[in-house]
Amino acid sequence: MYAPEFDYYRAGSVSEAAGLLRKYPGSKLLAGGQSLIPLLKLRLAAPVAVIDIGRIRDLKGITVKGGTIRVGAMTTHAELAASSELAEQCHALAQAAAGIGDPAVRNRGTIGGNVAHADPASDLPAVLVALEAKLTVEGPDGKRTLDAGGFFQGMMTTALKEHEILTAIEIPAHSKGQGSAYAKFAHPASRYAVIGVAAVVTTSGGKCSAARVAIGGMVPRPVRAASVERVLAGQELSAENIAKAAGQVTESLGNEVLGDIFASEQYRRSVAPVWVKRGLTQAAERAR
Amino acid sequence: MSTRVFGSGIRRREDPRLITGAATYTDDYTLPDMVHMVLLRSPHAHARIKRIDTTRAKAAPGVVAVFIGTDVEGALNPMPCAWLVPNSNLKVAGYPCIAKDMVRYVGDIVAAVVAESPYQATDALDLIVVDYEPLPAVIDPEKAKQSGAPQVHSNVENNVAFHWTVTGGDVDGTFQKADVVIKERIVQQRLIPNAMEPRSALAHWSGASGELTLWNTTQNPHIARFLCSVVTGVPEDKLRVIATEVGGGFGSKIPAYPADFITVFCAKKLNRPVKWTESRRENFQGTTHGRDHIQDVELAATKDGKVLGIKATSYSGMGAYLSTAAPGIPTILHGLMLSGPYDIAAIREDVYGIYTNGTPVEAYRGAGRPEATFILERLMDMLAAKLGMDPIDLRKKNFIPKFENGHTVATGLSYDSGNYAGALQKLVDHVAYKDLRRQQAEDRKKGRYLGIGISTYVEICGLGPSQVAGAVGFQGGLWESAIVRFHPTGKVNVFIGANPHGQGEETTFAQIVAEEIGVDVNDVKVIHGDTQTTPMGWGTYGSRTTAVGGAALVMATRKVKEKAKVIAAHLLEAAVEDMDYKDGKFFVKGSPDKAKTIQDIALMANVAWNMPAGVEAGLEASSFYDPPNFTYPFGAHLAVVELDPETGQIDVRRYVAVDDCGPQINPVIVEGQVHGGVVQGIGQALWEGAVYDENGQLLTGSMLDYALPRADRLPDMEVLSTVTPSPHHPIGVKGIGEAGTIASTAAVYNAVIDALSPFGVQTIRMPVTPERAFNAIQEAKAGRR
Ligand SMILES: Cc1cc2nc3c(=O)[nH]c(=O)nc-3n(C[C@H](O)[C@H](O)[C@H](O)COP(=O)(O)OP(=O)(O)OC[C@H]3O[C@@H](n4cnc5c(N)ncnc54)[C@H](O)[C@@H]3O)c2cc1C
Repeated sequence: MYAPEFDYYRAGSVSEAAGLLRKYPGSKLLAGGQSLIPLLKLRLAAPVAVIDIGRIRDLKGITVKGGTIRVGAMTTHAELAASSELAEQCHALAQAAAGIGDPAVRNRGTIGGNVAHADPASDLPAVLVALEAKLTVEGPDGKRTLDAGGFFQGMMTTALKEHEILTAIEIPAHSKGQGSAYAKFAHPASRYAVIGVAAVVTTSGGKCSAARVAIGGMVPRPVRAASVERVLAGQELSAENIAKAAGQVTESLGNEVLGDIFASEQYRRSVAPVWVKRGLTQAAERAR
Repeated sequence: MSTRVFGSGIRRREDPRLITGAATYTDDYTLPDMVHMVLLRSPHAHARIKRIDTTRAKAAPGVVAVFIGTDVEGALNPMPCAWLVPNSNLKVAGYPCIAKDMVRYVGDIVAAVVAESPYQATDALDLIVVDYEPLPAVIDPEKAKQSGAPQVHSNVENNVAFHWTVTGGDVDGTFQKADVVIKERIVQQRLIPNAMEPRSALAHWSGASGELTLWNTTQNPHIARFLCSVVTGVPEDKLRVIATEVGGGFGSKIPAYPADFITVFCAKKLNRPVKWTESRRENFQGTTHGRDHIQDVELAATKDGKVLGIKATSYSGMGAYLSTAAPGIPTILHGLMLSGPYDIAAIREDVYGIYTNGTPVEAYRGAGRPEATFILERLMDMLAAKLGMDPIDLRKKNFIPKFENGHTVATGLSYDSGNYAGALQKLVDHVAYKDLRRQQAEDRKKGRYLGIGISTYVEICGLGPSQVAGAVGFQGGLWESAIVRFHPTGKVNVFIGANPHGQGEETTFAQIVAEEIGVDVNDVKVIHGDTQTTPMGWGTYGSRTTAVGGAALVMATRKVKEKAKVIAAHLLEAAVEDMDYKDGKFFVKGSPDKAKTIQDIALMANVAWNMPAGVEAGLEASSFYDPPNFTYPFGAHLAVVELDPETGQIDVRRYVAVDDCGPQINPVIVEGQVHGGVVQGIGQALWEGAVYDENGQLLTGSMLDYALPRADRLPDMEVLSTVTPSPHHPIGVKGIGEAGTIASTAAVYNAVIDALSPFGVQTIRMPVTPERAFNAIQEAKAGRR
């Protein structure tokens, strides 16, 4: 498997990367390379130039300030998984990152690349949607901030415009009584999500004051399970109530559910409530 | 020496280089002036080639040459099949190295591009224009046999490559008078071996001398040389095959492949070294697969559980062409093993080998024997369920009683030695089987669904007496050879014809020499894999390297010892009859203090200053060992799985193996072989399986879709053993390379059915994916309503 010919540039800053993107139409940013390099080797992509953003310092790291967690786009899955701040204040993200692929993929793959690529089977898109993250993108027209919910537009498509770079992701840190979790039904070969459920549960006075649930893996882009959230809000977080709410997920899945030779659409629909139940149960435990 | 090195778990000397990446594989070699070859493979499972245009590819930057079918015609003979199973009406269809007017599977080779770099060669592939006329394809071997099915080869009616039968005893009579008959359909799905090292060849042709050197990733370099000579016409004496480091094979590196010979063709034609290495994608499509049988099986028994007969019909997919050893696998290595460890009076199997539009199949770890074990172990469990007997009790009732020197079964094989009840009892005791069942029942009440599965097995390995090889149509011998050479310093080189590729014989063979002649194990280096330096041998497969090659080594070492004794007697001025030997020292009986060490003797033999009259210089011997019989390892395995009833997901919670491979040269290596084998068998039960669509496209064509076992889905294994020596082997050893795979698929499958049985599920297809288990539960529920 040999990639077609391309030119290689290494950008020292976000603005330099943006300049290179504009200068070489049809070029591609290179982050961890875990999705781009396979595409090149399979000759499914043939960019004229590859612009490496891996050495841009500003794009790396996790910082927490005033109740907001800022994650640089070039932060690797391994760094997310190892972060004690995330484990405490944004558990679903750390948990999901820890379950991505294998150690080699986690050491190289980045959160920015993962969400920019927007593979429906990726884990992080659903997590960011449930966490109500905000994504900062920079381009020729300056900076924009997008809601995760609006960022993912369809299978491998996002709101990123041609010359824009995703630079950072901001997530509200969990407040007291809030907990999150990610439940994943992993494909036995690829390890990607066949079904991924990110759940955030807020409790007060022993009851669920609000729940946010996002489903990935089985849909072209992550969906919020409003039907589940509605039923759980205001309820006690008993196993029975959680199961009842999870059972409502079907209503939110829409009519575009994915299927493949490993798990059909029908099967995924049938077991989705189980995975929602598991995500919610874990999140509820962490919320106490 | 105080501690014996034979039988001790010393570290594998192969590992440092393998683990640190210091090993040199075929693809690691670079020669001056070398060019790179890539292959254009058919995207269609079945199509007529109407036109090929290579003009643009030939003109592309860096391209040296492009060859198609008509270019190699005449220069490369058709691919031979080397296991011509007799009395089976075998039809070897034409298998050209490069397809000329018809492609028969996705991956069939259509053209070869040679360029200065692999990148340039790959760029040029896209510039070749092939005009195909797609034809209907067939993948399912049972459907392929039906009239009206697409014909893979126009001269092979109904795609039947062969029809082979084994019969022992009065099968029809037995089934008529039986109290109970159990029937099942078993689908042994197609598996893709996926050795870690992809296949590779590097050909160096010397036009001046007419000599060819072929670096080639093969389990059997001497067979590779033989077949390369047959196909390319390079005489065997001028042909050297080097395969010193091979990164796994599992059977897929036994056969000869067109790609290797096309590499040779290009090297000769261009007079430059040519290297070819397949991509992983090519490995999925173009390297042989395993299994692929659809079987209707039946068992006859009395109502108190005595098994009387086994009857089976198998449709065995061969793929588009017959690979080197393919016909022998579903027949000789399968049908003859249908008695297993049991005393069964009547056995019959009809095996139809069927051409399909799939990748050719070959041996895959266990090769025929896992499938035979599966039939027996599945039917045993079904019979137990039907009669309300415990599966352990039923097996014990039907075992062949312990024997030490020969037992003939209905299929005609004569097992060497066995103690099947002994192995099963050890398993039962180890797991406290009754408690395990009690625990299972309690867990079930709490909504936890555990399943317990057993598989016992006997396998045939140490292939085998050459006379038998000839009688069953194998177009070669099956002996092995070894040379033991002492250097003046007392260090030893061992040269063997077999070709270990990860199994650990560089270590265990040194242990054999140390045991036999008292040298330090670290003073013995084992050399293999180069036809120019090693003696003839038939290769590493069928768990035969230690069983056959190890015996050759023992015999060669004993010859050296005999000669050393003669020299020692001369040096000590004693009669040979008065000599004694212990721990590497030769001395006159009763005076061990005045001894000659083997090192003293090695030096004297090499300088030859003072040799006994009529004794040649040098301390070296060779042996060609042709075994008098196969060896028959056996054992009993147990798996505990857990079913998640909400999703259908199944996890293996516990795995216990009791194997008897005779005396163990190195128990750690035995354990490693069991681990790897068990894992591959679990893979078949739960995760692996080639899936084709109705057009013959391979849907599981990459690691993204084809699920190989992963470490975090596996439990720690408990590996135990019993020791029953083979009566005919000089040191009693049998073989352990495939045992794990042979037992584990059936053990895990039986455990899965046990876990699903509370829901009324009795049968399920492999691999047992969560969806299959989930649906089986739903269907059983619906059926009961
Ligand atoms: C074997 C394997 C298993 C995997 N398993 C999983 C899994 O279980 N779950 C999962 O979620 N993922 C999985 N992945 C994918 C992995 O998470 C990748 O890291 C991720 O999809 C891409 O991230 P990357 O940094 O490697 O991006 P790259 O491959 O470098 O880039 C991917 C795409 O995003 C674009 N891009 C990258 N960064 C930016 C940016 N900052 N702004 C704009 N565009 C950008 C690139 O141009 C490219 O088009 C797996 C990958 C492999 C190889």
